[in-house]
Amino acid sequence: MKFSLVILGAPYSRQASATALRFAKAAINKDHSIERVFFFDDGVYNSNALTVAPQDETNIPEEWSLLSTSHNIDMIACVSSALKRGIIDQTEAKRYEKEAANISEGTEISGLGQLVEATLLSDRVITFGS
Amino acid sequence: MILHTVNKSPFESNTFLECLELCDHGSSILLIEDGIYAAKKNTPSANKIESISGIKFYALSADIEARGLDENISSAITVVDDAGFVDLVTQHQSVSSWF
Repeated sequence: MKFSLVILGAPYSRQASATALRFAKAAINKDHSIERVFFFDDGVYNSNALTVAPQDETNIPEEWSLLSTSHNIDMIACVSSALKRGIIDQTEAKRYEKEAANISEGTEISGLGQLVEATLLSDRVITFGS
Repeated sequence: MILHTVNKSPFESNTFLECLELCDHGSSILLIEDGIYAAKKNTPSANKIESISGIKFYALSADIEARGLDENISSAITVVDDAGFVDLVTQHQSVSSWF
């Protein structure tokens, strides 16, 4: 089956993204596929490549990046959620004349249309609420 | 049928009770994260769970262990692991998240 995941919680403040990560890994282990991961609201903090975790803790944004590249999962950070939280890619950095970009590898900044499309392309959509 | 997930403790918010009020006969409720506390033996929510027929109740094992409730889960609850969560999603037509 094809799943898409919607993540509304920031890592380290809510459990949502840790639960979603466990779900995604379990689904892949059972030969299902993850069509798209959509980070929304505070969930966009999961795509901050500048996150540094203590050595004995999981770097959740890095885990999402690894999962995305190793299983070819499309990851989207909602543009309006992302920009106001300081999650920014090269294009937006240029547009708003910011010094740097910090979006994680594997994640793209895009709009809600991507979430609508994900619901059409997937058998199930699971929301991991904050 | 719908799989409902609840991630808030009934001691913290009404999420679990709202879900219970609105979910249909034949649907399932999976307790995750702090939602696990609804399954704790001898609490009002667990008593409610035990008195309801027609709704299946599940709880996520990793979240139970993380909260030290292994020995304190109502017998009306079926404990599932992450793979079991995935199976529940495939066995239901859609997933509704309460948070």
